[in-house]
Amino acid sequence: MSGIIGRKIGMTSIYSADGQNVACTLVEAGPCVITQVKNEDTDGYKAVQLGYGEMKEKRVNKASKGHFAKAGTTPKKKVVEFRDFRVEFEDEVNIGKEITVGAVFKEGDFLDAIGKSKGKGFQGVVKRHGFGGVGESTHGQHNRSRAPGSIGACSFPSRVFKGMRMAGRTGGRRVKILNLRVMKIVPEKNLILVSGSIPGAKNSFVVLEK
Amino acid sequence: MSELFKVIEEEYQENRKNHPDFKAGDTINVHVKIREGNKERIQQFQGVVIQRKNKGSNGETFTVRKVSNSVGVERIFPIISPSIEKIELIREGKVRRARLYYLRGRQGKAARIKEKMKHSTKNNA
Repeated sequence: MSGIIGRKIGMTSIYSADGQNVACTLVEAGPCVITQVKNEDTDGYKAVQLGYGEMKEKRVNKASKGHFAKAGTTPKKKVVEFRDFRVEFEDEVNIGKEITVGAVFKEGDFLDAIGKSKGKGFQGVVKRHGFGGVGESTHGQHNRSRAPGSIGACSFPSRVFKGMRMAGRTGGRRVKILNLRVMKIVPEKNLILVSGSIPGAKNSFVVLEK
Repeated sequence: MSELFKVIEEEYQENRKNHPDFKAGDTINVHVKIREGNKERIQQFQGVVIQRKNKGSNGETFTVRKVSNSVGVERIFPIISPSIEKIELIREGKVRRARLYYLRGRQGKAARIKEKMKHSTKNNA
């Protein structure tokens, strides 16, 4: 699977050819650099590692400095591995090679977008899992309109089952959105316009997979 | 807003250039293309602009309010919409708000808007 790393710019809307208004997310994708090529002999599997986003020299530790020096590039902020990266162009996959949006995607393609969703903090079950709450504010209910309700039976099993959905930290995790359509690509500016929304805040890293 | 949006939005901003500059309080006539099967016809919607939202972006919309058969009707149009054939500026209103929500609670005489007085050439001379 091939792909590219980018940065979410924000959302806008455009009109498609048939006059429909389409909500879109704008992503500044690439140019990424191939920082490592993994193969079956040395690593046990085939993969390509891409790097994106400049990093301050003084924030880089020696180990990663050496890693990026091998690829002949400056240190990158975000490094992502792609398995079976564009197998059809195996010869082109060389360490240090620059990958641009135009090379990976074309208009009309479908892609999957991975981002880190916005952190919501500690949230109750209504927001976190979509519970309905109690649903009544009268008939004996008092300050429990957003309560989870029962979390299990009685003396059997005498415990709460594992995985019971409860309140807790919400958001701030990796989320993948499938099948977003590529509406437009501007190769000179490294921009890609994708239909629909992508998880994460503005300026956060986004991985686009083909 | 990021400068990068302009790269994408530029193309659609062309649509707005044909339209007159109107504000909240103005009376306009919007010619809307309507598709019925394969046929396309033009429908007019005339009323008072009660707000313009998200100015300058692709998401900019304006709301037109009219009273039809004593029922208030409001329609929201995206300004870059290709289905807007043209917009006519009928009357410029003088208002002190950007959002004229107060018109919703008013009828007849109370819902009038003063007309903006244009500077006559006499005074300038």
